[in-house]
Amino acid sequence: MVEETVVRLMRTATTTLPVDVLAALERALAEETEEIAKAQLRTILENIRLAEEGRVPMCQDTGVPIFYVSGLWDEGLEAGIRQGVARATREVPLRPNVVHPLTRHNTGDNLGDGMPVVHFSPPKGDFIEIVHMPKGAGSENMSALRMLNPSEGANGIKRAVLEVITKAGGRPCPPTIVGLGVGGTTEEAAYLAKRAVLRPVGRRSLDPEAARLEEDLELMLNRSGVGPMGLGGRTTVLGVSVELAHCHTASLPVAINLQCWAARRCSARIYPDGRVLFRTEGFE
Amino acid sequence: MRIESPLREEAVRELRVGQTVSLTGVVHTARDEAHARMLELLRQGEPLPFDLKGGVIYHCGPIMERRGDEWRVIAAGPTTSARMDGMQAEVIERTGVRAIIGKGGMSRPVLEALAQHGCVYLAYTGGAAVLAAKSVKEVVREHWSDLGMAEAVWELRMREFGPLVVAMDCHGGSLYQEVEAKVNAERERMLRVL
Repeated sequence: MVEETVVRLMRTATTTLPVDVLAALERALAEETEEIAKAQLRTILENIRLAEEGRVPMCQDTGVPIFYVSGLWDEGLEAGIRQGVARATREVPLRPNVVHPLTRHNTGDNLGDGMPVVHFSPPKGDFIEIVHMPKGAGSENMSALRMLNPSEGANGIKRAVLEVITKAGGRPCPPTIVGLGVGGTTEEAAYLAKRAVLRPVGRRSLDPEAARLEEDLELMLNRSGVGPMGLGGRTTVLGVSVELAHCHTASLPVAINLQCWAARRCSARIYPDGRVLFRTEGFE
Repeated sequence: MRIESPLREEAVRELRVGQTVSLTGVVHTARDEAHARMLELLRQGEPLPFDLKGGVIYHCGPIMERRGDEWRVIAAGPTTSARMDGMQAEVIERTGVRAIIGKGGMSRPVLEALAQHGCVYLAYTGGAAVLAAKSVKEVVREHWSDLGMAEAVWELRMREFGPLVVAMDCHGGSLYQEVEAKVNAERERMLRVL
């Protein structure tokens, strides 16, 4: 059951885009005035349509597999996830991207030590929830962690993000989604930044200060002029999401995780009676 | 505008930043490891198993599927060109390649090599992998399969591959430098008012 669910999660995530991302890309096209920027977005939208129609991955970088699982850990669950990854790699097919970090030897099935990345958390109900994100390298490589001086505050965060996004230029495949993990510790901030990327575009943080930071950053980053694929334009980001955690009084950790326009994700819930529900926009 | 590979130097020198073209003809995919191997062989005076004179390098690691004896391209969008920054100028000089297709742009030394040797950098939309796969008419052959699917060199015959934006030409023109100058000015302005 888990294996089957994982194959379908990976197939759906890599071949279709969530409606909120698609709508944001269409808004971006309407926003652009320059022909080169418009052509990039038109090509992206046409490519998404073809991928969905042909049920093939929209991008050749099908990423590394990341899973967030809410449920009780057991050996069968973890084995099911691994079998699902190997099968999806053959059947979708996905590009085998997983290599040894030093020898660079490719394992061929997207499995390895610590791969897929699986985060377990306690069950939310009588179901197992699996959230899947395939994460491409173009955007991941442009991500950053900054340990700011607490006195730098929100402006310091804005400076850091502005610097990262403008220096990244076209490399992370803009328009991107920017996930920020603010607070916590180094690893907690990095975790939160990636969870932020999973939040549907346009849904604001419930924390008023974080929501204001999201709005300010979206305006600033889109004013920067990087534009689609770094070729100039008005749409550099589709959205900015901020996740917060309290932190040490002497620290202000800020993790910045970038997600390319192909912001792929899919969630599933497996119920005890065998029903499985799939959602690309996630469950509330 | 349509261009065809193999490309003649005069044809390449006519291209200017901001133009949009489509490419028909053979391209060779090559990423980090293929660039490194090319240089390793060429520096030792060894020949490459493929000819890049007048050819096109495509920064791409495709998803390929084998059906019987035939390879089929599933998805073939561009990868980040900047990873090849340190090797590209020498590859251009030693192979006589006339066009590089990728995404995100390349460094100043590469821009200089383009002018010196008569080569051009064409930007293809990152992630537009299915659209690119559709313009592959034939998988001619695979080279260096030991590097794995993404890093191997795939010789592909394309038809009207595009839209490709002339993003770095052989007259010192770079769309990325133009954008970067504007972006830096705007960033400094925004930082001052923070």
